[in-house]
Amino acid sequence: MDNSVQEPFIRIARREDMIWWKAWIIRGIALLLSLVVCAVVIFAIVKMNPINVYQTMFKGAFGSTRRTWITIRDTMMLLCISIGLAPAFKMKFWNIGAEGQILVGGVVTAACMIYLTNFPTPLLFLAMIATSCIAGAMWGFLPAIFKAKFNTNETLFTLMMNYVAIQLTSFAVAKWENPYGSNTVGIINSSTKIGWMPGLFGKEYMLHLIIVLALAIGMYIYLKKSKQGYEIAVVGDSENTARYAGISVSKVIIRTMLISGGICGLSGFLAVSGASHTISTSTAGGRGFTAIIVAWLAKFNTITMIAISLLLIFLQNGAVEIASKYGLNDYASKMITGIILFFILGSEFFINYSLIFRGGKKNKKEE
Amino acid sequence: MKKIVSLFMVVAMVMASCFALSSCGSSKEEQGSADGSKALKIGAILVGDENEGYTYAHIEGIKKAASELGIKDDQIVWKYSIKEDETCYDAAADLADQGCNLIVSNSYGHQSYIEKAAGDYPDVQFIAMTGDTAAKSGLDNFANAFTNIYEARYISGVVAGMKVAELKNDNKLSAQNMDDKGNVKIGYVGAYPYAEVVSGYTAFYLGIKSVVPEVIMEVQYTNSWFDPTAEGEAANALMADGCVIIGQHADSTGAPTAVQAAQDQGKVAYSIGYNVDMLSVAPTGALTSATNDWSVYYKYAFETMMKGEKLDKDWSKGYTEGAVAITELGKSCAEGTQAKVDEDIAAIKDGSLKIFDTSKWTVDGKTLTTYTKAYGFEGNEMISDGYFHESELRSAPAFDIRVDGIKELNNDK
Repeated sequence: MDNSVQEPFIRIARREDMIWWKAWIIRGIALLLSLVVCAVVIFAIVKMNPINVYQTMFKGAFGSTRRTWITIRDTMMLLCISIGLAPAFKMKFWNIGAEGQILVGGVVTAACMIYLTNFPTPLLFLAMIATSCIAGAMWGFLPAIFKAKFNTNETLFTLMMNYVAIQLTSFAVAKWENPYGSNTVGIINSSTKIGWMPGLFGKEYMLHLIIVLALAIGMYIYLKKSKQGYEIAVVGDSENTARYAGISVSKVIIRTMLISGGICGLSGFLAVSGASHTISTSTAGGRGFTAIIVAWLAKFNTITMIAISLLLIFLQNGAVEIASKYGLNDYASKMITGIILFFILGSEFFINYSLIFRGGKKNKKEE
Repeated sequence: MKKIVSLFMVVAMVMASCFALSSCGSSKEEQGSADGSKALKIGAILVGDENEGYTYAHIEGIKKAASELGIKDDQIVWKYSIKEDETCYDAAADLADQGCNLIVSNSYGHQSYIEKAAGDYPDVQFIAMTGDTAAKSGLDNFANAFTNIYEARYISGVVAGMKVAELKNDNKLSAQNMDDKGNVKIGYVGAYPYAEVVSGYTAFYLGIKSVVPEVIMEVQYTNSWFDPTAEGEAANALMADGCVIIGQHADSTGAPTAVQAAQDQGKVAYSIGYNVDMLSVAPTGALTSATNDWSVYYKYAFETMMKGEKLDKDWSKGYTEGAVAITELGKSCAEGTQAKVDEDIAAIKDGSLKIFDTSKWTVDGKTLTTYTKAYGFEGNEMISDGYFHESELRSAPAFDIRVDGIKELNNDK
């Protein structure tokens, strides 16, 4: 019998030395492949010219000034939530509760708009921003303190906090509904526009752009350059190492979740005061979960998140237009989004690992 | 940092490739009508898509009206699955940008965004279907429309009443199906406790009562327009309480499905549906459904716009215009139902039958002679000439009186 171990046909080895432009080429190829696969799927299922479908998607997201700004607004909203998730995820604290944190932030913002109508504008905005951050932070604080003190499972805890937030929102909607019994709040202060986020330079959503981009840069610096950011990274890598180095793990967990929840709460303010001017249980609209995808794809790098958010919103807003033009409904656009994300995620594998074929050319590293 | 740069390039590539493709071969779109006349371009903002019954009925209505008037497919721009938030305003503004001169939304929650858009685009006509604020909005280009669905609910009640009478004659009812005074129990699955639903179930109840005077009704709310599970649960709860007829004002097939399942296990129970024919899910359980034919209104609206005339601020029509109907009678219906139904429809059409005739219902044992507290419509006298003037002054239902004989089981407002 041959006792030697049979070499497998393909071996997978980790590599960390890929040159950046090579990685870029791989991503580019993945993207082109995903578009080709989408094209085949589109043609196979609905017998349409995929090129026309792509064109229409682009028009849906950037076809007019209005559409471009809507795409920017939605991107900023998604980005803001993802930025909120970044510190928690970097700490390997799985905050699945962004949805709830957005909702409570939105509810208190709506409350300010409804009850504080006689406040001077700057004070009202201060109140809305402060309370929405505090509300979101509290929603992050609860699971954090339980994790820090009793080591409860934060994934389940934050997830369940979402349901509490949804019920709280239903309660608020029932309280503020207009008209009575209709279960909708309608546009708050539609004639006076009290508490509506103002535009800047004549652009309705310029302020969103500035605030969220500033947050993205601020969070990037915080995570990369500050002592606290370093502590987050250490706790995320190994709690024992952190303890050995004299870092108070529970303090870091609580502090980070206050920040994470606070930013998600702030995005609730952006959603209510800056865009919808109403509150409903769908105010978060699943964006708290989409942001998890963004955070992961960007590997918790808030600058990269800008690109990922833009890509997802581009696909989403493009989808509305293909539904309108070709009657391709939600499912079709979800398939396209799924295929593109699959390929982008897949490309990361080829960037981080190399395949070594049996009997093939010797890998450079082994020489 | 390089990774980031590369990622941006990837994203840029996706968009650039789409852009490159979009810049060629798309010249003949979005040119507008060449003939220069006031061609109608319709924008439709829909809360769901063709997979959702309520929206499907609107899509069919618009398509039917368009084909009857010779409006071409490219004169209609569809916006599907538009949420009841800023997305609705965005869609309305986008449709206006595309040159639509008539924009219709089909869900109540769209209304405040449509009203906002109407203020921003004074040259475009906006219609919020099932809405109620057009009259007091002060906007010339903003209208509401509804149907007199309460007429069809009354007729569907007559169908149910005929069945109850037959069950009574055949001794199919047990003590559990009646209260201690011998009134037969009717159940109703409602969405929300407000005028639209209250008006509907009261009409339904009065329809049954016109055939069998000894009936009481229990209403179970689901607090959702579309929730198959909750509607099924509500129907089961009502049947467990002994209700023999399950009416509904919610959009799913949850209740009829539950009724059919109970019937298959030997229970005496029948369903009256809403929107669509329920015979496919409840072949022996369903009697009929109350439905709207939205094409009647859409045809009126499109035609009026094409003539360049003004739309009614509030439009609501029923059997006289064919805007409401009941679906084909199921095979479980009692004998003679069709004849009775035809007779009552004729009476509604000639005006001799008023649904909310004050001599047919009481509040705390007394007949009402005046009512000025209809929500959102306070101060207007609704009762005159011996009946409640539903949907006459304002298209959206206003009847929110709780009449004797009907009990709301879970109205916690």
